[in-house]
Order: sequence, then C-alpha cells, then structure tokens
Amino acid sequence: MSSDALTGSSMNSELTRLTAAELAQKIHSREVSAVEVTQAHLDRIAAVDDRDEGVHAFLHVDASAALSAAALVDESLDAGTAPASPLAGVPLALKDVLTTSDMPTTVGSKILEGWRPPYDATVTARLRAAGIPILGKTNMDEFAMGSSTEYSAYGVTRNPWDLRRIPGGSGGGSAAALAAFEAPLAIGTDTGGSIRQPAAMTGTVGVKPTYGAVSRFGLVACASSLDQAGPCARTVLDTALLHEVIAGHDPMDSTSIDAPVPDVVEAARRGASGDLRGLRVGVVRELSGEGYQPGVRSTFEAALRQLEALGAELVEVSTPHFRYALAAYYLILPSEVSSNLARFDAMRYGLRVENGATSAEEVMALTREAGFGPEVKRRIILGTYALSSGYYDAYYGQAQKVRTLISRDFAAAFEQADVLVSPTAPTTAFPIGDKVDDPLAMYLNDLATIPTNLAGTTAMSVPSGLAPEDGLPTGLQIMAPALGEAVMYRVAAAYEAARDAEDGGPLIQRVPGLEVSA
Amino acid sequence: MSADSGAITRAEVAHLARLARLAVNDQELDVFADQLDVILGAVARVGEVAADDIPPTSHAVPLSNVFRPDERRAGLTQEQALSGAPAAEEGRFRVPQILGEEE
Repeated sequence: MSSDALTGSSMNSELTRLTAAELAQKIHSREVSAVEVTQAHLDRIAAVDDRDEGVHAFLHVDASAALSAAALVDESLDAGTAPASPLAGVPLALKDVLTTSDMPTTVGSKILEGWRPPYDATVTARLRAAGIPILGKTNMDEFAMGSSTEYSAYGVTRNPWDLRRIPGGSGGGSAAALAAFEAPLAIGTDTGGSIRQPAAMTGTVGVKPTYGAVSRFGLVACASSLDQAGPCARTVLDTALLHEVIAGHDPMDSTSIDAPVPDVVEAARRGASGDLRGLRVGVVRELSGEGYQPGVRSTFEAALRQLEALGAELVEVSTPHFRYALAAYYLILPSEVSSNLARFDAMRYGLRVENGATSAEEVMALTREAGFGPEVKRRIILGTYALSSGYYDAYYGQAQKVRTLISRDFAAAFEQADVLVSPTAPTTAFPIGDKVDDPLAMYLNDLATIPTNLAGTTAMSVPSGLAPEDGLPTGLQIMAPALGEAVMYRVAAAYEAARDAEDGGPLIQRVPGLEVSA
Repeated sequence: MSADSGAITRAEVAHLARLARLAVNDQELDVFADQLDVILGAVARVGEVAADDIPPTSHAVPLSNVFRPDERRAGLTQEQALSGAPAAEEGRFRVPQILGEEE
C-alpha cells in the first residue's frame, strides 16, 4: 500500500482505469484491498453519475452492501483462504432486470417502483458466491424493450463518449457504467441485441451466450424464448472471466442447458497470442450491405483486413432469410411479452392504482395504464393482435416458421465458416430524442443482432474503432454456433490484441474524462 | 409497407387494449393506431416467405419434459410471499372485488 505516495483521489482514479483481471491480481496479492477498489468505484460513481447532467448509468447504488461484500473478501484473503473465484473482490454493475434480495428491482418500470424481490436471481447468487461486490443496479429500457435506454421510466442514460447521445439499449446503463469507468464488470441481458448493441455504442465488450447457457431464474421476463443474460466488460479476457462465473446448468431454470461451460478464459488467453491460421471467418452478405453508416462500414472492412492478417481465411456466406428476421422478431417478441406481462395484475406485488375503481378488472386496467410506458403498451397490444384468432396463422405462426429458416441459414453458414462476422449496429450512438417517437426506426438498430436470438446461438460485440465522421465507437459482431463460445472468444481476443497494437492502446482509453461534477 | 396489410383501426386498438387490461386514453389510441399500422405493415413481410412445409420453431433449444426430482424443499415463507403485496390481510392477498353484483 502506498496511500501516502498518492492522494486518495488520484490513487482511486488509477484503480478505476484498470481491467478486472489486473484488479483481481492486485487484490489477491494484497497490493490493494477489495474495499479500496470498491470505494474507488463508488467515488467515481458519485463524481460522474448525476441523474440530471451526468451519465446516469445507475438507478440504485448500495455503497454499504458493496463495501460489506468487499470487506468479507478482504477478511477471507487476510486469513489465507484462496479467493472464491478469479474475480473475487472486483466490483460489478448489475442490470436492474435481475432480482436482488437486498436492493430494489424495477426493470426500468413504474409498475415495479421500489419493489424488493424476496429472492436472488441465480446470476446474482453466483456473483455473490464468487465474492463479486455488487455496486448497484443499472438503468435500462422498461422491461428491456428498446435500443436507447430512453424508454426507462427513470430518465435516460447518457453515453460517456458524448453525453448528448444515447448509450444504446436496453442495457445502456451497464454499458455506460463500463465506459465511464464506474465499474470494471457488468451484467446485461440480450433479447434482441440489448448486450451487444450498447457494447458497440460505448466501445465496450458484451457477450450474448448461447440460449440456456446462463440461468434465467430471477431474470424478469421480456420474451422467454429469447432472453439471455451475459457478461459485459472493457476487455475480452475480463468478459470471459465473468462468463465462467455466471454460466452453467441451473435446476431452477428448466430451459437451462445441462452441459459443461466452454473454457472461454483459456480461449481468450490463447486468442490474445494472435494466431488465427486455419480458422474460417464467414462474412454475412446480408449483414454487410446497405443501411450501414459509412464509418460503421469502414471500421468493419478494416476489421476484416486485420482478421485476414492474423491468418484467418475470409469466406462470404449467404443467409437469405435474415432479411425477414426483424419482422419475425417483432411478432414473436410482442406475442411473448403480451403473455408474460399479464402477471402484472396489481394483486400480488408491484403497483396498484385504485382511483375509485371497485372491481379487480378495473384496478388491473388502471394500474397497467399508469405503470407501463408507451413502448411496453405498444408491444402488449401488438402481441395481443398477433395472437388473436384470425391473425395467428398469418403473423405468429408464420414468424415461427421464419425462425426455423433462420436457424437453418445459420446451420448452413456454420458448415462453411467457424465464426460469422458483421457490424454489430447499423449506426454509431445517435442523439437523445432522435428516434424515440419512431418505433420502426428504433427497431432497425437490432437488424444485425436479432438473428442470433431467434436461433438461440451465441454472439458478441468487440470494439472495432471510431467512425471517422463522428469519432464515436463501432462494434464488430462475432457469431458462433450454440455452445461455440470458445472459438468466438478466441477470435475476439486475437482481434482485440491486433487492434490495440495498431491503435497504440485500448480504444476505451480515448473516452472523454467526464469530470461532470465532484 | 405492403398495401394489403390492412389498416388497423382505432376501434380495433381499443378492443385489443381492453383484452390486455390497459385503460388507454383517447390520445394514446390515436398515436398507437398510427404506429401499430406502420409496424404491422413492416412485420407483415413474414408472409412473403413460402413456408408451407416448414415446421414452426417456438424454442431454439430442443428440450422436453424437464423435471426435477420429486423432493420436498423450502419455498417462500408466507411473510416473504406477501412482502410486495399492495394490500394484505390475515396472511392473505387483499384484492378488489372479483365477481360482479349481477353474478
């Protein structure tokens, strides 16, 4: 410890710039305490996360719970006990869609304002068991419906690269917390791109694991056949370390896959050596053509050249049904939403609005009217329509068939290539307010990310540079077959190392300082 | 987008909202009817795919009949189950009237 050599704040700001792997090494070697690391991040949150002018990544911060969890890690390490996990003592930001027995869980919605769940999600429980202090709960589009975090009932999250812009969504809070150095680790959930698109827009890394790889127990449902929680961080290795903490079979989730977790940490370490010889990278024709901002295309083309330079063989693949993915998704998702959100009935938990109404039915209708925001209502109505008799076959039934065809397209593409690549999002972060009243324009954000959710496969976003025209980050999406996370992490780590070498350091170090308020 | 998608009317939106127990106001009805019309026009393109002989996928991972061992285990206590209730009485959820007087 050298607290006399540095002032508290400069030492703290130094700690927040480190990767999770570096922090873990320092904590486990007792160079710094877990409490100091957690306090440094709490200080950073206090400095930059103001709701009205700052990043506003967090809806709820629990300093005392985080510091207590960190103190337990310190005690255990001081007693000579081995760390509970490779990330023990490294703090994390948790998306407010996963239940926490000691903090509110709002899902960004008024209907759950102040709700304290009676149990922990499996992901939450695994984080606690791994000795990872939870700093707080992060902002999100209401019920994870949105691509900008503007549909949160508690105010927008701002992109640390430019506070006038959105951080992506629905997991904009988790991604912004990473980019603003408020947390070195975060958890997101990805139903149609809610981990990957915010990662791309904030210059961070985000992984949507294979459907069923991470337990959904305690994950407040948006669309159950698509929802998947996953790890977010600033480097591929940190993301892999977190992946291994949260993944694995859970008897509490009947859709959980009972198979060994791929060794993604080993894959990330191996990939960083930068050799991709013998690997076939498929460039998806349908996801690299029109509709992409020039800087998104140019950084993507540069990424392809880097992958080639690492020894990968580029092959063009065609997935003809991907052009119907967005349409199929916006029928399947609202249908599942309209059913899942029926549980918010004002009877057992959450908001109840009576307003003079006397029957249960009237109370339900008034409560749901007051408690849900416009995007949630739109999707409930759309889903109710798609499932109505007379429309079911043409809409929901046909969308399910398209889903089959998209899975077949993936299967055929993975015959020709080990991984597939595309830009993660069609544009860089757009200004706050730009698309909030145009649902269809908002939906187009998820063009490249949705096919993976429909097929239940895995994909991730890694930073791929800054678009020349606006200086904002872009993301490279890497897609792999179900349970193919290892090869995906290997490619991502190799690409990250090559890009960092070419740029002279990690992209994220170029994010503005954000001295918003002290 | 496609001309034959058929406009969704304000009355239909009101009917759907009632089915979904959403007490939407007049202004929302106007906005939603327009927006849903545009969205339905766009998603109707799933109909362009010839898929008569294609089986539907409801779930990406083929799993069936996942059971746990038939063993007793602790659930939530009564107190925990009622901890988030808008109203509780005598250890039960207190709810508004469910049956109408005429029933």
